[in-house]
Amino acid sequence: MTIFHEDRHELHGITVVVETVGPLTYIGRCHEIDDENVVLIDVDVHEDGPDGRSKDEFIQKAARVGVWTKHKRLVVPVAEVTSVRRLGEIAVE
Amino acid sequence: MPYDPMLVQPMREEMTSMGFDELTTGAEVDEFMAESAGTKLLVVNSVCGCAAGMARPGVRLALQRLGKPDRLGTVFAGQDLEATERARSYFADYPPSSPSMALFKDGELVHFVPRHQIEGRAAEMVAEDLAAALEAHCAPAI
Repeated sequence: MTIFHEDRHELHGITVVVETVGPLTYIGRCHEIDDENVVLIDVDVHEDGPDGRSKDEFIQKAARVGVWTKHKRLVVPVAEVTSVRRLGEIAVE
Repeated sequence: MPYDPMLVQPMREEMTSMGFDELTTGAEVDEFMAESAGTKLLVVNSVCGCAAGMARPGVRLALQRLGKPDRLGTVFAGQDLEATERARSYFADYPPSSPSMALFKDGELVHFVPRHQIEGRAAEMVAEDLAAALEAHCAPAI
C-alpha cells in the first residue's frame, strides 16, 4: 500500500539541488517543474558570500545530513535555473 | 492534516509484520530508548510513496541479511506527531525527514539514513545501505 503521485513531474517528491545563474542555491523537495517555475517544498537557501560558507560546503552538508527547512515553499523561475540535481546522487566527500 | 487512519493502517502493518514495535506516544519512544545496551533500529515511517514506498520493502530486505538489531521500533510521521517529535529528539543533529532510519548501539547513534538517501531508489538499494550498517554494528541474525 503506497501513495504515489504519477501525474507529477518525475522529480516530484525528490530532494533536489537547484543551482541558479545568480548567487543563490536552493535545496528542497521538488513539488513541480513546468515551463516557467521550479516549485520547492521545505527549502534551504545558500547565498554565496554572506556567511563565508561556499556553495560546495552547503551542498556537501546537505548531502550528509539532509535539509534544515528555512522556507516552507519557494518558487524559482526556470529562467534563473542552471541545473537541477538529486541530492541523493551527490557523492559525500 | 493527517491522512485517514484507515489509509495508513496497511503501512503501519507493513512495519509491525517485520517485528517492529509501533511507538505512538512520546512515552513509548522514551521507553524504547531507555535501555541503552544493545542495538536498536528506529524507523520514521511515512505515507509518501516517492520515498516510503521503497523504504519499507528496503527495511524488510535488509533485515533478512546478516545483521539484526536487538530491538525494532517505528513512529509514523504526520500521524503520531508527539511520538515522531520525541523520536527525532534522539537524532537532533539531523534535520527532520521522513522516511528516515536511525541505528543505535549502546545508546549511541551509529548510522542514520535521511529521506534523500531513500527517495527514488529501488528497495534493493535502500536495503544494501542499511544492511551494511546492520552487519557492521549488530549481531548476526539467528
